[in-house]
Formats: sequence, structure tokens, C-alpha cells
Amino acid sequence: MNTLMTGNEAIARGAYEYGISIAAAYPGTPSTEILENIAKYPEVYSQWSPNEKVAAEVAVGAAIAGARSLVAMKMVGVNVAADPLFTAAYTGTRAGLVLISADDPGMHSSQNEQDNRYYAAFAKIPLLEPSDSQECKDMVGLALAISEEFDTPVMLRITTRVAHSQSMVELKDPGERPLKAYEKDARKYVMLPAHGRARRLVVAEREKKLAEYAESVSVNRMEMSDPAIGIITAGISYQYVKEGAPGASILKLGLTNPLPEQLIRDFAAKVGRLYVVEELEPYMENQIRAMGIEVTGKELFPPYGELSARLVREKLTGDPGPAVDAPFEAPIRPPVMCPGCPHRPVFYTLKQLKLVVSGDIGCYTLGTAAPLEAMDTCICMGASVSGALGMEKAHPELAEKMVAVIGDSTFMHSGVTGLMDIVYNGGNTTVMILDNSITAMTGHQENPATGKTLMGQPAPKVDFVALVKALGVKRVSEVDPFELEELKQVIKTEVAAKEPSVIITRRPCALIIKNTEKPLEVHDCTGCKMCLKLGCPALSFDEANKTAVVDAALCTGCGVCMEVCKFNALRKAGEA
Amino acid sequence: MSGVTNILLVGVGGQGTILASKILCYAALDQGYQVKMSEIHGMAQRGGSVVTQVRMGDQVFSPVIDPGEADMIVAFEQLEAYRWTHFLKPGGVLIVNDQKIVPLPVLIGAAAYPGSVLADLEQKVSRFVALPALNLATEAGNSKSTNVVLMGALARFMNFPQEVWQKALEEKIPAKLLEVNRRAFEAGYNWQA
Ligand SMILES: Cc1ncc(C[n+]2csc(CCOP(=O)(O)OP(=O)(O)O)c2C)c(N)n1
Repeated sequence: MNTLMTGNEAIARGAYEYGISIAAAYPGTPSTEILENIAKYPEVYSQWSPNEKVAAEVAVGAAIAGARSLVAMKMVGVNVAADPLFTAAYTGTRAGLVLISADDPGMHSSQNEQDNRYYAAFAKIPLLEPSDSQECKDMVGLALAISEEFDTPVMLRITTRVAHSQSMVELKDPGERPLKAYEKDARKYVMLPAHGRARRLVVAEREKKLAEYAESVSVNRMEMSDPAIGIITAGISYQYVKEGAPGASILKLGLTNPLPEQLIRDFAAKVGRLYVVEELEPYMENQIRAMGIEVTGKELFPPYGELSARLVREKLTGDPGPAVDAPFEAPIRPPVMCPGCPHRPVFYTLKQLKLVVSGDIGCYTLGTAAPLEAMDTCICMGASVSGALGMEKAHPELAEKMVAVIGDSTFMHSGVTGLMDIVYNGGNTTVMILDNSITAMTGHQENPATGKTLMGQPAPKVDFVALVKALGVKRVSEVDPFELEELKQVIKTEVAAKEPSVIITRRPCALIIKNTEKPLEVHDCTGCKMCLKLGCPALSFDEANKTAVVDAALCTGCGVCMEVCKFNALRKAGEA
Repeated sequence: MSGVTNILLVGVGGQGTILASKILCYAALDQGYQVKMSEIHGMAQRGGSVVTQVRMGDQVFSPVIDPGEADMIVAFEQLEAYRWTHFLKPGGVLIVNDQKIVPLPVLIGAAAYPGSVLADLEQKVSRFVALPALNLATEAGNSKSTNVVLMGALARFMNFPQEVWQKALEEKIPAKLLEVNRRAFEAGYNWQA
């Protein structure tokens, strides 16, 4: 049977067909749907881990124990998981292990644009790059075969356009799910220096064998056509080349670490002018040039952003294609906190109190935008907490006008160690954990504090109060963010305290509850526009009649604007 | 690339562009085309702009439509039509739901919603259709069927047989909502200014 699938769905299908037993991940765009789809195959055990390092270690452990395993993450997740990855590359694994890195050229939903192909070369592991959904599925099988034949983890690197585009996939029946017996082998799996030195030589030997293998593997292939132009390409760029330079000869590489040197030489000898078309860094180009082969690449194509068929056509033929009119000027439509979002009153209050806000990543990062504008920094997951300690050490007086703000999932991902550091090293910073009972930003995944697993089983919930107390924080308060006055008082008190403190705001995400509140109504508005400072999509202002307007279809009746209004102009429907 | 039809569906998170694209893809596959579909849905649920790209033909490579290459654009909202019109080919078809959804920068007074969207578009695009898809859906029995009204309007410009669209609706819409959506589709198909 054939069906349309996204790259992520196809990878999940590959996990099912090619005998993966254990899959783990931490969510992150554009990788999240891989595990969400694997969870639809009950034959495969799947789980959300608290972060990517943990997920990778679960997969490494499972593979060492003898089960085919998969771990998936967005590209910045590989930074978090790099530690186990680099050493698992030395130990190898008993059963196949695939690490999916979902890169995001163009930064559709990421904080940087790192090109993770370098990680594969750095860790000395094979790298596969699919260019459509069928290849996504097939390459899960190939990755497992390479992993088991060469005793190494394999990276399967996709990009947003591969992950989130649908194309045809041929479905097959699943093969067996092999489980090898566990055997102790300390020389291979205990990486003390002495064992590590021995394994380092094994890795060097493996690299040689893989280089030979890369010459003949079927995913590295020439598509000869006009010999005047030869293009070496991989991943989604292959599609842009096929469309933008239809007559050219192509060397399509599916296995891009190690590169097949002889194949590249043969191809170069067959064509007139040689190009490399690759998104982001000159990863292949630099290696090809180091082989002494003359090649054109980043002189023509930018090392940032996405490529396109149009760009390939323009750069290789000089003809960009149809002329494009200037777009109309349209005001931007940024994503915003939803009506009824429990994060809104927090950022409204932080702005009112004019606090420095050491921020983090999640839906609450939307508190950066106007009109809330209440975030000063956002670097990576967890950095709110530890970064605040650094700010406080640089400027001790900052401690009394600063908070660190972090979501529940992000706190468990990498905020806990930062808070431990604040306590240990005598910080005074106040940390606010915005507990909306879900991992909202990436589309509502369960986490260790929600009481449910990815496979739908009930689970114990992390007790944030007990946890932070155990770290040594003595001042812990819990507050409902919809109680605006109380929230403000608690923040003022805790920020002033000369010891570390934690405020946990508790209110579920507006999108995961069944709302029973009635929308608000406007009566006798004075036109002061205070309520507009909340930046709620359900509130606007009618300039002609000088009155606030509530969009009843959007309003959830959360009542935060009622508290902000000094003139009692906003009321629950039916109430005086 | 000749022989490939490019259709862009643009709107606001929550307007049902994804279901619409599923109906369209199903119909295209049924017609024997190769189909690729790409969507950027970063934070669709948070009310941002959403774009779904559908490409169909004998052989489709890139899943992405470049500016100036869309044969048809279906805009689920006026401002989104404005934002994406430069993706249309000369002679391409622009179908616009006349609904306005005001973005936050406009709500808080930091930007203005352009005043003459439909007039500007009509002047620029010769094959232009604006229709009250939300009203038509409400009349058909469910305001949530706005997306299906728009697929009906699109169907007029495509050479797929009626049965193919009907089959696509049956496949992609839950049985209990099918009748309403059939009416919504028809309302879009038959709409005339
Ligand atoms: C290392 C890393 N992994 C994953 C992500 C993607 N990501 C960003 S924030 C986030 C979770 C946000 O959840 P939470 O902290 O609960 O905040 P909420 O969105 O619910 O407000 C995820 C998965 C990332 N940016 N970096």
C-alpha cells in the first residue's frame, strides 16, 4: 500500500517496520511528531524523557542491552545529548541505534541554525540524509543495518522541509523485532581511559571500513545527464537541484559521513564544472576541496537560511524564473499567548514591577513581544535560572529586582541543576516556575509532572514543592496567576527576600481544559485602554466610540482584564 | 516546472487549512497525480500565520512553492491574501474568504489593518474571487465548515470530476458532519458575486 506521509511519520513507520523495540525523545520542533507517531504502534515501547541527554542514554542503554533503539531530537537537543553520543561512538552498541537530528534551516522555530552534520563527523559516526518521506523510512532500515554491521550509533539527519512535508511512502509489513541476549563486556562498555584508548583504535579502523562502504552503498549514486554541469548534493537540496537544474548531472549522496572520496573523484572527472549544492554550512564542499578537487559552492549559495529551486536555477543558469512583484505591505501576524493563557498575568505583573527577567524557552517566551515586553534574556533551555545567578554575581544589587522565569517542562529539562547552583553558591535570585501542567509550546506533550506517559499510562507526578525544598530552597510559594493582586504581592515579597526563593504559578494551559466560564461584557468603558496592555487577542478598542471591545467568540472569561480594569467596565456576562 | 500545479493555502492558525489540504491532496492522488505537501505550523495554535503548500503533477520534486509560481492561492483571511499574493503566477487564480481576523499588533494599536485589501487585490489579480465563506458555512449549518466552502470555490477552477471531490469529502470528514460539509462545498462551488 502507498500513502502520503510526512518525513516524521515515515521515520515512525520505519521504526515499526525495521524492528525498533525502544524509542525515546524530548519534544522539539521539527522532530516532535516522530515519537508521537511511534506511540501509535504499541509494538514499539516509546517514551518522553525529561531531556535529550536522558533520552539518548535510554536508547544507548537499550541498544547495549540488545534491543534496536531510536532517539529523536531537534538539532539543539544534540548539544544536550552530545556527552553520551560521543562516548557511545567508542563503545558501539550490541543492537542497532539510530539518533535522529531534526535541523531547522531558516529557523522556523529555533533559536539558532546549527548544522548538525558536523556532529556526525565530530563524533565519528555514520550520517544519513534523506530527501523525502520514502527515504526517511528506508534510511531507518539502512541506519540499523549500518549500525549493526559496523557496531556504531548512526545519525539520521533531517531538516524541517523533510520532516514536515508529505510525499508518497510504500508501506510494508513489519519484520521481526530482534532482541539479543545481554552479556557483560566491560572492556567494550566501561569507558575508563585504558579501555577508551583501545576503543579509539577500533573507531579508527571502523572509519576506514565505513569509507570503503560509502563508495558502493546504493544511497550514494550518480544520475548522469548533461556532463557540462555536475552537482553534488544531499537531503532536501537534491529536490531543489532536480527542479532548478533539470539537465544537470547529479551525484546524490545519502551517506554523507564519511564521504565517498573515490566516487566523488570519478564524478568530478566526468563533468565539466563541479558544484556542491547544500543548505547551511559548506560541510561537503570543504571536504571535497580538501581532496584537491576544484568545486564551486558557497561562493554562490548563502551559508544560512533555506535554499529553493528558484535559487538553484538563478545561481546555476543566471535565470531566476518568473519575475516577482513586490509584496503588499501587511502588518505581521506573530504567534501570541492565547486568550485565557495563564502566562499573560505573570508577564503583565513583571512588566508593572519593572523587573529584570531572565527568560527561558516555551510559550512564555511570547512575553517578549509587545505589549508585555517583559523578558530580558533567552538563550537555551534552563539558562533562565543559571543565567540569573551569573547576572546576580556580576551585579549583586540585581538580585532584588530580578526573577528567572521557566516553564514546568523546561525546569525539569535543565532548570533543576541551575537552582541547585543558586542555593549552593549563595544566590538570592527568585525563580518562577510557570506550571501549566503540560509541555505546551511543542503541541502539548506529557511530561514527568503531568501524571501520564507518552503511551498513555498513568505515572507519578513530580512534586515541585518537595523537589525545590530538597535542593535547599526554604522560601517556596504557590499562587494562582489569575489572582493578580496576590501574584503581585508574592513576587514583590520574594524578590526582596535575601535568600533564594521559588514561586510556582499553577494554572493549566487554556488549550487543555474544558472551559465553562462565560465571556466578558463591556459596560460604561471610560476608554483608558489599561486592558489593552494585557495583549489579549480577545480585546480590542473601538476608536470611534472610545470603548474597549470583547470578542465573545475568543474570550475565555479568565477575568484577568476584569482585575486590570479600575472602572469595573469589564464584567462576566449576566453579572452586575 | 511545467506540468505541475501549485496551490497555496494561507490563513490563520485554527482556520482549518490542514483539513482543507488533506481533502485537496486526496482528490489529487485519486486523479493519479504525484503529490507533495508542505506546511510550516510552528505555533499554529497560537494564532500566527499558517501556510500549506500543495504541489501535484506527473513528477514533483521540491515540496515548496517559490514566489511567482503559485497557480492558485486560497486565502482563508483577507490580510493573509495580501501577504501572499506575490506568490501568484501571472494569470493565476486568487480565492479569498472575505473574513478579517485582526492580528495583535493591530489590536493593541501598534499597526493598522490595511483599508483597501479586497479592492487592491481585485485590481492586481485578474482571476480574483472574494466570497463570504464564513457566512456560507454558517448558512450551510456549521461555521467550522468555512474551509470546505473554500475547497468548493477552488474546485470550480480545477478539472477534477465532481465524484472525486465527493469521495475526498467522504474520506476526510467524519460521517456525522458529512451532510453539512457537502452543503458547504456546494455553496462554495456555486457561489457567484
Ligand atoms: C534543547 C532543546 N530541546 C527542545 C527545545 C524545544 N522546546 C522549547 S521550549 C520547550 C518546552 C516548553 O514547555 P514548558 O517549559 O512547559 O513551557 P510551556 O510551553 O508549556 O509554557 C521545548 C520542547 C529546545 N528549544 N531546546
